[in-house]
Amino acid sequence: MSDRVAIVAMAQTRFERKKGGERFQEMVWEVVKQVREQTGLDFHKPGQIDSAVTCSDDFFDSRTISDAPMGDLVGAHLGPEEKVAQDALQAVFYGWVGILSGHYDVSLVVAHCKESQASSRNLITHAAFDPLFSRGVGLDYLTAAALQARAYLHKFAIPAEQTAAAVVRDRRHAGLNPKAQEQRPVTVKEVLSSKPICDPLRELDIYPVSDGAVAMILAREKRAKELTKKPVWILGGGNCYDSYFLGDRNLADSYSLRQAAARAYQMAGIKNPRPDLDLAEISAQCSYQELLWLECLGLAEDGKAGKWIAARGTNFDGEFPVNTSGGALAGNPLLVSGMARAAECFLQLRGEAGKRQVKGAKRALAHGTTGPAGQHHCVMVFSNE
Amino acid sequence: MKRNRNVAISGIGQTKHRGHRPDVNQAELVWEAVQDALADARIDLKDIDCVVHGNMELFEGVHQPDMWHVLGSGAFGKSGIRVTTGGTSGATVAAAADHLVASGLYDTVLAIGFEKQEEGQTTTGITAMADPLWGREIQTGAITGTTGLMWVNEFGARAEWAAAKTRVKAAKNACKNPKAHLRIQITEQDVMNSRLLAFPLRLLHMCPESNGTCALIYASEEQARRYPRQPVWIKDHITTHREETFHRGPTARVESSVGGTHDNPAGITGLRAQLSTMEVAATTLFKRNGITNPLQQVDLFEMYDPSSWWEIDWTCLFLGLERETVLNMIEKGEFEIEGSFPINPSGGVVSTNPIGATALIRVAEAALQIRGDAGEHQVPKPVKTALASGFGGTLWTVLHLLVKEL
Repeated sequence: MSDRVAIVAMAQTRFERKKGGERFQEMVWEVVKQVREQTGLDFHKPGQIDSAVTCSDDFFDSRTISDAPMGDLVGAHLGPEEKVAQDALQAVFYGWVGILSGHYDVSLVVAHCKESQASSRNLITHAAFDPLFSRGVGLDYLTAAALQARAYLHKFAIPAEQTAAAVVRDRRHAGLNPKAQEQRPVTVKEVLSSKPICDPLRELDIYPVSDGAVAMILAREKRAKELTKKPVWILGGGNCYDSYFLGDRNLADSYSLRQAAARAYQMAGIKNPRPDLDLAEISAQCSYQELLWLECLGLAEDGKAGKWIAARGTNFDGEFPVNTSGGALAGNPLLVSGMARAAECFLQLRGEAGKRQVKGAKRALAHGTTGPAGQHHCVMVFSNE
Repeated sequence: MKRNRNVAISGIGQTKHRGHRPDVNQAELVWEAVQDALADARIDLKDIDCVVHGNMELFEGVHQPDMWHVLGSGAFGKSGIRVTTGGTSGATVAAAADHLVASGLYDTVLAIGFEKQEEGQTTTGITAMADPLWGREIQTGAITGTTGLMWVNEFGARAEWAAAKTRVKAAKNACKNPKAHLRIQITEQDVMNSRLLAFPLRLLHMCPESNGTCALIYASEEQARRYPRQPVWIKDHITTHREETFHRGPTARVESSVGGTHDNPAGITGLRAQLSTMEVAATTLFKRNGITNPLQQVDLFEMYDPSSWWEIDWTCLFLGLERETVLNMIEKGEFEIEGSFPINPSGGVVSTNPIGATALIRVAEAALQIRGDAGEHQVPKPVKTALASGFGGTLWTVLHLLVKEL
């Protein structure tokens, strides 16, 4: 393995239900400008930012080649830019790979998504299903999630109060995060009496429609130490695809998340994730996923995460803080979620998380997922040491 | 380019690219190429650690298609990533596979470029590339006669004949390539009589819409030397993108023929004088690999040629040649399979164009030629060094340099 790689700068927009006054290019420029200012880097090559990884989606942007409007914003004037069209933690992963390969020294990674532009984001994720067998039965990521919720909740007989507790926790954390979208605290009762959307999921169980962008600068060890006093090192990363048809998978579990986590842990030298990590940021698009993903990451016993969350064990001041940012349930667009998780790890590990700061945090995990009911997962582990 | 470790291509697979494939769905079309690559490499799916997938999703209207395509890509249980950059997607997939192996994270990576264009409307898909507030009304995909017009303005009928001859060369090569889509027997006169799209660009100058997949297997040096196939080494590659708008001056050379002369481009000021991505990619790549005379030091060039006019124009830009020189070389047949510097022995993009796969097919053909396994379309001279280019976005370039010996 070559040099170590660190995140040296990060900026995120405030996440909002509808950024009606900004085009997606403007959201991107807002965060790119900030990471340039933080590091003093510009786009002149060589020696400055020497490559860019963008993350966006032709469907959500309603643009064929959705990275074409990015070139002007990420310094790709006669230079390299590559687009990852998955959850943005994969873009961070790919930025890391580009430096490990020896090809680049300093990479800009930026992800954006304006879910508010689509009349229905379910219509977009419906198109992710094959037109032959799956579209006809009306599947989209929401209905797929509802099927998975049923399978998981039934298997362990998990009461709705426990999944609601995850929403309560995330909203409480969001109230402490000035960048979070839904900052108003909610109660278990409010979650359980919110509008039914797709049984068993209710309005507050589902991540809200959201707009926003995140940017980071990644650098090789030598450059990282020049660029910041507080680099956040990438210790390891792993990802994995599951099978496509929902019926081919055990929806009450996640094979691909267990694989992705095992790969990341092995590389990061993590033998027992719970004591070896100080906090985790998990991409849950629905409340039950806060439980299921936590278990598949090996951070909670199977079927027991809900009880732990309800007992406030995963609060920012609890024994193992989860989603101190407020998580995706407080509002992050589909593609940006995994990178917003990594952004929170960055803040926590630098001691810059304000009122929600986890004391003495040294190692943090970020998780991102792509596809229906968590078909693809990415896990990365960061450290400030 | 600096690299953590060496990387080789250890397997090459393609579908037979065709205009109509109602017999297979998308995942099945992907599987055909994956199977072909595994058979060529003589390795098993279980040897693959990671899968890279790329295409242009608004062509088929399938969101995040790597999810469904897991059924054909064999990515179940494997690591994987999806990268897309428009027309350059295939070349970016190839670059990503090189990054992933060179990083040390994966020993064997499967790179897949895919498109099934009959399932969508390509021009509609490309038109959606332009900004909805400005540009979309005039966006016409890759159908532009501008480049050809520059040539005709300067060289008249001689240029039209050169473009037609270049198209006929592609057709002859494609007839020798069983994987090619348009395997047609045409004459220069047929090309010049074909339907006019935008003067002087005619239907036969343009690339078709194809259905197909290309799959390449990338391996670390250690692994590649163990695998049965002769490795083809990745010497270098470069990605050169640019701004969102097309009209900030496509190339310095083209602008100079409008505003002034070749010798005196002084009349050009500001942004209009900017270099093309082809020139920047090639000069940078050549410089860092000690190539001072590409015609001598490179054995063949598999170029992404969306139209025959662009092939002749970009031959100037990539190789740093004057137009007059290129016209002479075309007239002498230097770019034919038997010529001194073969360009597009596969038949090129004007013969075969499943867009997400197209740029990867260029890399595949370059590798096949280096291995000497191109069959009837194998160039007769020894091939030790080959270039493969990708084109996409707003005149973006990705350029790969492959070699037989490290």
